[in-house]
Parts: sequence; structure tokens; C-alpha cells
Amino acid sequence: MSFWQRLENVFRRERLLREIDEEFEAHLEEAIAAGEDPAEANRTFGPQLRLREQSRDQRVVAWLDALRSDVGFGWRQLLKRKIATAAAILSLALAIGACTSVFRLIDALFLRPLPVAHANRLYALARQGPDDLGVLRIFDGFAYPNFTRLRAAAKGQADLIAASFTHRTDLTYTTEEEMEKGYVQFLSGTAFPLFGLQPSLGRLFTAEDDLTPGANPYAVLSHNYWSRRFASDPAVLGRTVHIGGKVFQIIGVGPVSFTGTEPGAITDIFLPAAMNPDVAREDNRWLRTLAIVRPGVSLEPLRARLNAVSLQFETERAKGFAGMSPHNIELFLQRKLLLQPAAAGVSRLQDDYRRPLVWLGVLVALVLLIACFNVANLMTAQAASRAREMALRVSIGAGRARLLQLVLVENAMLALFSAALGAVFAWWAAPFVVSHINPPGNPARLILPADWRIFAFGALLTLAVTLLFGLSPALRASAIQPVTALKGGEEPHARQRSMYALIAAQVAFCFVVLFFAGLFVAAFRHLSSQPLGFDAGNLLLLETYTPHGQSPEAWSQMADTLRAVPGVTDVAIAGWPLLSGGWAGSISVNAAPPTDTLGWFVTISPGWLGAMKMHLLAGRDFHASDAFPGQAIVNQTFGKTFFHGADPIGRAFEKVNPAGRRQLCQVIGVVPDAVYSNLHDPILPVAYVPFRQLDEKGAVNPAEGGTFLLRTSGIQPLSLSLTLRRLIAQTNPAYRVTNLQTEQELVDNQALRERLLALLALFFATIALLLAAIGLYGVLHYSVLRREREIGIRLSLGANLGSIARLVTSRIFVSVSIGAAAGIVLGVASVRYVQALLFGVKATAPEMLIAPALVLLTAALLAALPAIHRAARIDPVTMLRAE
Amino acid sequence: MKKADTLQGSLDLLALKILSRQPKLHGYAILTAIKVCSGDALNAEVGSLYPALHRMEKDGWIRAEWAERDDGRRMRFYQLTPAGRKQLAAEEARWHTVSSAINRLLREA
Repeated sequence: MSFWQRLENVFRRERLLREIDEEFEAHLEEAIAAGEDPAEANRTFGPQLRLREQSRDQRVVAWLDALRSDVGFGWRQLLKRKIATAAAILSLALAIGACTSVFRLIDALFLRPLPVAHANRLYALARQGPDDLGVLRIFDGFAYPNFTRLRAAAKGQADLIAASFTHRTDLTYTTEEEMEKGYVQFLSGTAFPLFGLQPSLGRLFTAEDDLTPGANPYAVLSHNYWSRRFASDPAVLGRTVHIGGKVFQIIGVGPVSFTGTEPGAITDIFLPAAMNPDVAREDNRWLRTLAIVRPGVSLEPLRARLNAVSLQFETERAKGFAGMSPHNIELFLQRKLLLQPAAAGVSRLQDDYRRPLVWLGVLVALVLLIACFNVANLMTAQAASRAREMALRVSIGAGRARLLQLVLVENAMLALFSAALGAVFAWWAAPFVVSHINPPGNPARLILPADWRIFAFGALLTLAVTLLFGLSPALRASAIQPVTALKGGEEPHARQRSMYALIAAQVAFCFVVLFFAGLFVAAFRHLSSQPLGFDAGNLLLLETYTPHGQSPEAWSQMADTLRAVPGVTDVAIAGWPLLSGGWAGSISVNAAPPTDTLGWFVTISPGWLGAMKMHLLAGRDFHASDAFPGQAIVNQTFGKTFFHGADPIGRAFEKVNPAGRRQLCQVIGVVPDAVYSNLHDPILPVAYVPFRQLDEKGAVNPAEGGTFLLRTSGIQPLSLSLTLRRLIAQTNPAYRVTNLQTEQELVDNQALRERLLALLALFFATIALLLAAIGLYGVLHYSVLRREREIGIRLSLGANLGSIARLVTSRIFVSVSIGAAAGIVLGVASVRYVQALLFGVKATAPEMLIAPALVLLTAALLAALPAIHRAARIDPVTMLRAE
Repeated sequence: MKKADTLQGSLDLLALKILSRQPKLHGYAILTAIKVCSGDALNAEVGSLYPALHRMEKDGWIRAEWAERDDGRRMRFYQLTPAGRKQLAAEEARWHTVSSAINRLLREA
């Protein structure tokens, strides 16, 4: 009989027994028909029931049959205690789901290989060295001419691929009036063949399409974009797309799986690297260099060789750095080339979220442990109440392994239900987190597949969880001594000891989670309460672009038009809004050599300071006739840094660019410090210079791009969007609105990561606290139940409430104290690993430790109250009579 | 019924042998065949026959199928599988070795 048949028989119990009986009946009939005496025939069968069982056991998969009956029994057990089961499943589900979610994110961002050939041999080139402030950083941008040299140097050992930073840009398939946004990545022509990718439609560009700069305006759409934007219409081949003033012809659609080289960004359109406008520039590092290292090539010699080539390129270039201080040139040339494994691709999102995700992982793992310990305690308590059942099973011949299986099956069922519910949670939660990673206007687009990797993780986690919470209670239950149990005696001490130990561990982990959550919240609050130096409320930012530039007069006319819109109280123009970009240069005072420290610039129109509500400390605002070079308004830090505290008004400085070009400015005003491009940075020395710019000959340079700032009053700034777009199109069709947002959004975006981390940490801290409190409550409740008799006797002997409360809670508070102490040690010991995420919050400040301790203590007290209440209400008479 | 003891360990062999001569027999027929062929000398116990049949079925030596007889009675008929044929050969060989050894011992001791 085949295994499958026997497997089938496990689930056809009734039918199988019927068949066995039928065979026996047929036998008897035959015997009687053959003339045998019915009674004698019957007797020869012996004990029929046993025979039947024996036959049945031959015809089923025995272990599976046992399992089936255990599952049935376990199910009834779980149903019997609905509330406890539901609580256990819910808490485990939440924890398993959270762990799986974090794994999904980590897997998608860091572990999952790119869907390309040779992903395991894919490396990313980067340079490590000090930045202008001396902080060690990794720079992964390369200039195209440097890339071609590196490619030549690596020949035979590695194949190099240029991949630009995927960027969101304006593009159109129709006219310049109707722009849309798309994510564009330039790839060297060798990329598609080296990655072994095949087109879904048309063809992909090759090395031949990438030889001559500007010669092959071809575009390849990603499959993802093609299906979203064009509903997979094959007629898209041959259509043209306008990007950055150039027209590209669509020649193909990429394979289904490939969405670019950056996890966290989905590229819509791939363009040949030679079509990048900056392809010849040596100073614009717009691409990442990826390398597919040939098999058998050792990395270090290759790295050293590439390092030498890159260094030579930069050294040659540095000879022209007339405008850079010797110190900065030295720092610049100290950068050392690295070859980093990049099987999963490389992206900015990885750099930003590596640490936060790891810490999130730690927090959810702790929550999972807390949940497991809770369920373990629950199981232990239940095992106590089932001691008699177990003893009975042992005495009628159940082996220890059989008992172990019985209990473990029940636990596994609990874990499986939790895992299923957790999967639902993870299915929802991971995309939820991703949607909160980036600003709403430019969301992170992280592909989160749910495939065998995630399933395997979930399955392993479930198994680990089952063993974690179930193994020790199962071992204990199966090791029962029938004699003691059936006599009614108990062995409570070992059991209770393990329960209190788990409580202490729970409290310790809970403290760590609370502590970290407190730190992340403090870091977020610290960051978002940073003084901005301007008023970001009710400030609309209207970014515009004019293809051929517009005169300063045209710009100010447009500002006047906007000023007339009802609800708008003030309008000004800047090159770009604060907290969204930067422009730097060395500073030279009195024709001195350029400084090591850079000065930072932003171009603004007259009235910009007023619109931003930045108040002049000294001097005056710009006039319409002021220009850059010419005049400047500086912040206090600028004065301190470059004029060493002397009154800057009336003094002059030169902005020096790396090539040595000097632009002279006279300081006409001083403003208080304000944040410039990043809330995380210390205040930078900033010079505000006029939006009206002059070229080298002193002629006005028509500005191509600029941002109108509109201060509104009484209305939501963004509610004006449509009106303003129409008004601008009507007033001067040369203007295109490329973006509309509020300054407040830019401020909020700065702390997005901290906010997310604080929010999630707070969420998990709440869960951890809740679970720990439930755990405490459960154990206290159990210990009161077990000591009802004793308490009853004590009460009848006249014990007061205080002594009963002490009796009930003293042990648990020892556990809580030990746990909290361990938690403090654990927290303080691990805090230096999170310091980088805390932005100036002092982690070991007393309040950071005291606050979570107090919260924990309060929760413990609250959890103890019901048990004390119950103990106090024990009626000695009823109690003793019941015994 | 005491005769059953003589069958200890050789019931498999007998059942397989019977089935090798006559394909498709039900349990009672096998029992009868053992009795008849041995000239009433051997008598298998019903309580041992069915577990043995079901065990050999599990091991894949014999195959069972339900079939309806002319009078409408459903019976379970057994037949030998190729694996069972091999097993029979092995058991027979073993039996001959053991029985000749026992015979020699009885003669010479």
C-alpha cells in the first residue's frame, strides 16, 4: 500500500474502519456459508477491537495519525480558553508580523540581489576621505571622464558600468506646456549586455549607442513604467520624449524585473550615458561606477590599480584648483578608492536607513522576545492546571516523547495562527513604512516582493518562536511524575522560579525598548524644535523654470502679478528655497588666499528677507539695482567666521570658485543665523546675494530658474495652487511651474527619518509595555490563585490588607527591580551604537533613564492592582469550605 | 487450535505461496487454502492472518482491491505484487535452509 494511500487514510478514519469491519464481516459470512459454527467462527477472531486497531495502524501513516489526533485535541484545548488564546495569538502575531515587516524592508533594501546576471560579482566603487569639515565620509559620485579612465584600467579584470543617480525630472511626450514627472537614469551602453538583460519590446541600447556624446538620443522604458504609464501599449516604440530640452526616441522596453540599480527608486526611463549634458565635464560627479569583477580576480590589486588611476585623474584636475585652499586640496586628494560589494544595488536610501532599520530590527526582536516570554508563562501556568491530565496520560502508558509532541503540537498551532495573522500584518505594515520614508511628493519606491525568501523567514521565525515559548513548558509537562500529580501534590517552586526569571527578562527588554524609544523621540523633538531663523508657516514655494531665461524685470513683474492674488500678503523671489539645495565657494577677504572653510550662498530678491520674516540686525535690504557680484547680506556666523567678529557692514569679500574665479561682494546687511540646507548640520556661514546676477562683463544674466515665495494669510497656501498655475500661464507663457510645495513641508521633510523612527519606536514601546504589564498581571494572578488557601488562612487569622499585598507582590517586585536594573545596564551599554542617530541628544542624561523606569514602575503597579484586589477579597470561610 | 503455534513466523510465507498459485483470493479463501493444501495439518488463526495481510499490504508485497461477487457481497481480494514475488523467493529459500538444518539436527543428534 502506497504512502499516499496511507496518508489519505489518516483523514478518512471512519471509512477506513468501515472497510476493515466489512472485510471481517465478509470473512464471517464465508465461514458460516462454509458450514462453520457461527459462535466458533466469531471466537476465532479473538478480541475484535484490538484486531481492528492493529489493522488500522498498518493502513495509516502512524505518526501522522497521532499528529492528527493531537491537532484535534490541541484545537479543543485552545478553544477552551478563548481569551488567553486570543491574547497569546494577538501578541505573537503583532511581534511576528513586525519582525517579518522589518525583515521585508531589510531584505528589499540590502539583501535581495539585483535581477541581473553576475549580481554576486557586482561591486560599487566609492571614495572614502575627509570632507571639508574633516569628517570621514564616503563619496560615491564619479565624473564621466574619470569613469572612462577607470574602465580602461580595469579591462580584462572587471567590466565597469556607469549608472547615474536616478533623479526625478520634468519630461513630456507632447508639448512643453504639459510637463510630467519621471525618474530617469543614465546607463553606460555596456550596462544592459553586461547585466544579461533582454528587452520585453524593441531593443535595449548597447555599447555602440553610447560611443559619441550626444549622438544617440535613444530611450529605453522600464517595464514597470511602460505598464503604468502606457498600459503596456506596444505602439510606444518610436514615440519621442522630451527630457531636459532634448528629444529622445523610445527604442525599447526593459525586462519585467529590472527597475534600475538603486533599491528604493524605480527608474522609469533609461538613457545612454553619452547623452548626459555633463558627459565631458571633469568636475561634475553625476554617476556611480559599478564593476562586475571577473571570476578569479583578486580584489585588492584591482582596487589599488583603480585607486591609482582615480587619484591621478583628480591630481591632474587639482592643478587647476586655483580657488581652493591648499589644505582642502590635500583633504580632497586623501580620498581612497573602495570596492564595496553591491549585489543588492546601491542607493542613497541604503545609506540613510541602514542604522535606523537595524535598530528597528533590534526593537521588534525585543518585543518578540517579550511576547514569547508572556506566552511561555501562560503555558507554564496552564501546564500546572493540566498536571493531572498529564499524569493520567503517563499512567495509562503514554511515553514522554508522545506527551512532548502533544504539548508542542498545541504550541505550534498557536504559533501558526499567530504567523498567519502576522503575515497579514506584515503584508500591510512594510508598505506603510516605505510610504513614510520619503516626502509625499517624492516617495521611496521600494519593491517589496512576498516570495519564498520572506516565507522562509516567517517559517523559521515561527519555528523559533514555538520552541522559545513552548519547549520549556512542554518539557516540564512531559516530565511529570504521575504519583505526585495524582496525589494532588505539586512542585511549584521550579515552575514559579522560571516564571519570575522570565518576568525579570521581560522587564529588562521592555526597559531597553522604552529607553530607545525615549531617545528616538527626544532626537526627533530636538531636531524639529531647532530654531529655523525664519517663519516657515503659510509660505508657498512656487518653483519655476524658463527655458531661455528671463530678465530681472520680467521676474519682478511676475512677482507683482502674484502679489495681487487675494490671500497673498507678500511675494519674493529666490534662486531656490532654503532647505533644498546649496551653492558654496571659498571666501577670500582682502585678496587673501581662499579659506579652508566654505561660505554658502543663496540668491534672493529685494523683500525676500521680509517675506521670510528674517529681521535685519544691521544695514539695509537689497534694492532693485543691487546685483551679484556687488552686494551681499550675511548671517552672524558668516561675520564671525570670515571677519572674526568685526562689524561686517561695509566690508568686502570675494567668493572664489575652484577654478579661481573671484566675485567681489560688499556686505550691506547682517541677519540672524538661519538654517540653510540641512537641519542636521550646524549653522553654516551664509551670504545672501541678489537674484539679479551679472556675468563677467558686467551684463545682466537672465535667470532661467527661480522660486517665488508667497506668504499667505487666512488660507491654506496649497489651496492657491490651481489659481497660481493658471495665472502664471496667462501672464507669461515662458514660465513653467515645475513644483509647488510649502516651506513647512521642506522643514518637515528634514526630520522625516527621525519622525518615522520615533513613531515606530513609540509604537513598539507601547506594545512592549502592554505585553510586559499583561505578563506581570498574568503571573500575579496565577500566584494568587495558587495561594488562595494560604491567603484565606492568613486573612482568617487577622492579617491586614497591607501584609497580604506584600505577600502577593514582594517576589514580583524583586523580579521587576532586577529586570529594570539589568535593562539599565543593557541600555547604557548599547547606547553608543545609536548615538549617530540621536543628533546631539545626550543619551545618558538622567532623565532619559528615569522616565522609562518610572513608566515601567507605574505599569507594574497598575498590573499588580487586580491581583491584590482579588487576594483581599478572598473569603476565608468559602475558601476553606471548598477544600 | 494449538496447531497454530507451528505457524509462528511462517504465516507470511504460506500466504504468499498460496497467492502465488492462485491470484486474487480473499482472506477466508487464503485461510481455507492453507488448511486444504496442508491436508488439514496447518491452521492459521484469523486473528493473525488479517494483521499479517495488512502488514504485507503496507510493505507492498501484496495488493488488495475491493470487488463485488455475483451475489452482491463486496470482498477484499489480495494478489501478489512483483516485490511480493521476490519476497516469497527469499522466504522460501530461508525456509529450506532452516528446515534442512533442523532436519539434519534431528537426524544426527
